[in-house]
Amino acid sequence: MTFDWMPDTLWFSVLLKVFYALMMIGAVMTMAGYSVLAERKVSAWMQGRVGPNRTVLPFVESIPFFGPFLKGLGIFQPLADGLKFLFKEEIVPGHVNKFYYYLAPLVALVPALTTMTVLPFGQIYWEDGSVTTLALADLEVGILFVFAVSSLGVYGIALAGWSSNNKYSFLGGIRSSAQMISYELAMGLSLLPVFLWVAAPGVSSSGLSISGIANAQEGAAWLFIVQPLSALIFLIALFAETNRLPFDMPESETDLVGGFHTEYGSFKFGIFFVAEYAHIVIGSALFTLLFLGGWHFLPFMNDPWPENWIGSLIGVGWFLCKTIFLIFFFIWIRWTLPRFRYDQVMHLGWTKLLPIALANLIVYIVIVTILDGSF
Amino acid sequence: MSTVDILFWIFATLSVGGGLSMVLSRHPVSAAMFMIISLVGVAALFVLLESFFLAVLQVLVYAGAVMVLFLFIIMLLDVGPGASKINFSNWKTGLIGFGASCLLIFLLSALLSPGEDTLSFGQSWTVINNSTAPAPVDALVFSTDISAFGYALMTKYMLPVQISGFLLLAAMIGVIILSKRSGTPSSNS
Repeated sequence: MTFDWMPDTLWFSVLLKVFYALMMIGAVMTMAGYSVLAERKVSAWMQGRVGPNRTVLPFVESIPFFGPFLKGLGIFQPLADGLKFLFKEEIVPGHVNKFYYYLAPLVALVPALTTMTVLPFGQIYWEDGSVTTLALADLEVGILFVFAVSSLGVYGIALAGWSSNNKYSFLGGIRSSAQMISYELAMGLSLLPVFLWVAAPGVSSSGLSISGIANAQEGAAWLFIVQPLSALIFLIALFAETNRLPFDMPESETDLVGGFHTEYGSFKFGIFFVAEYAHIVIGSALFTLLFLGGWHFLPFMNDPWPENWIGSLIGVGWFLCKTIFLIFFFIWIRWTLPRFRYDQVMHLGWTKLLPIALANLIVYIVIVTILDGSF
Repeated sequence: MSTVDILFWIFATLSVGGGLSMVLSRHPVSAAMFMIISLVGVAALFVLLESFFLAVLQVLVYAGAVMVLFLFIIMLLDVGPGASKINFSNWKTGLIGFGASCLLIFLLSALLSPGEDTLSFGQSWTVINNSTAPAPVDALVFSTDISAFGYALMTKYMLPVQISGFLLLAAMIGVIILSKRSGTPSSNS
């Protein structure tokens, strides 16, 4: 994105990139913080409780109608939670491997934040009719980049489990690495039919860019409708990769105390916590882009908004709405389904999802070949 | 020095230093972590060459999958420091190591020396006569595009792809047979 008034120097462009990156981090971290609140509120709603409704800033409470309303929503709870993590007593158990113990939360957080660089979240319609995708870096290999970087996230959990020098933590770490390796295969295979479907025959520059897939769903069927099985496999694998509840083997409180983060407290635990929710936010955004049309309006309909800056804003807002619905879906599933047993997780991954994903791929290869008339 | 040069030296140092530390570190987990650093450094070098696809594959396959398995096995077997059987004070090991490094340096210098036509004093390579060379076919256009990779793999390099696929299949079957041979067949179920 460049405007005329911007000086064309290296330092300025670097500063601009840093500014964009900080804005993106701010947005995703805010969403991650508020998904923690959403988790507590939704779970309370499902269990007939109220949820966080006491935290409030002093001056906000005195606002007549609005203040108590915000207080009831628990809007300020994430702030209090964050401060709590910061000011808790820092405890390091004596038996841990210190270097890796401190390194592990960072290794868990960095990939979660790095994947957001390639996530497109909207479009800008310029006055001359050209369209720019809004993303920090709209790579041609975007989806592979997401897979590559998020596959590094497992080191955080594995190292945390190992360096804690504790049997429960260790089992959590081992389970998590096994689980992530198992479900990555099904996840990758479930996306191949999507790229087959989107790539038009004869187009030489059909890459793996995420924005390309989102734009291919404009005015056409969403890929969720065309390829329900791919979407389902991808969603299940997404739950497994983000360690969300039917698949939260690495922590499973009932048999592993706290899993990989048993020995972690205060801000180090907070970082793990934020990393998990950042994964959920980014996973939801990814599913929205790949299967739910991204920032485009509804299936089989062209975008009803005008092609100017208002349209850009509405598009980004619509994309956020879908993403937030998916975050809600993640929470909904968590408070609905019981946890799998570990052998069931492995069984599901290797003997159900992987063969189904392969069969799905072959079926769509045949279908696409027939549709293209190129056999 | 341009920005790319500075970045090159940073990532080159990272990958070479990571590799060296991997060989020298005593703890297997540290060695695995250094190897990951080295692999990511190489991926960054690919990015500097604008070959994003190779960079991403490097991270996805090696750092993301292979090294996770390495770490998994190291942790599962609980290998601690000092588990390696190699004793550097042993003269046989030293001699073999010295010979191997001499060979490596020789090969590297032979491969990386700037291209000269002369083999030794006065003796030169025979220049291929262009007229007898095979007729030029449509060269594959150099591109970092993914579809260019796919096109090249499925046309020009079809045979190598199939051979490597065959070798991998053979290796996989071999592993299954070898791991099933010891012990009774129904002991695992």
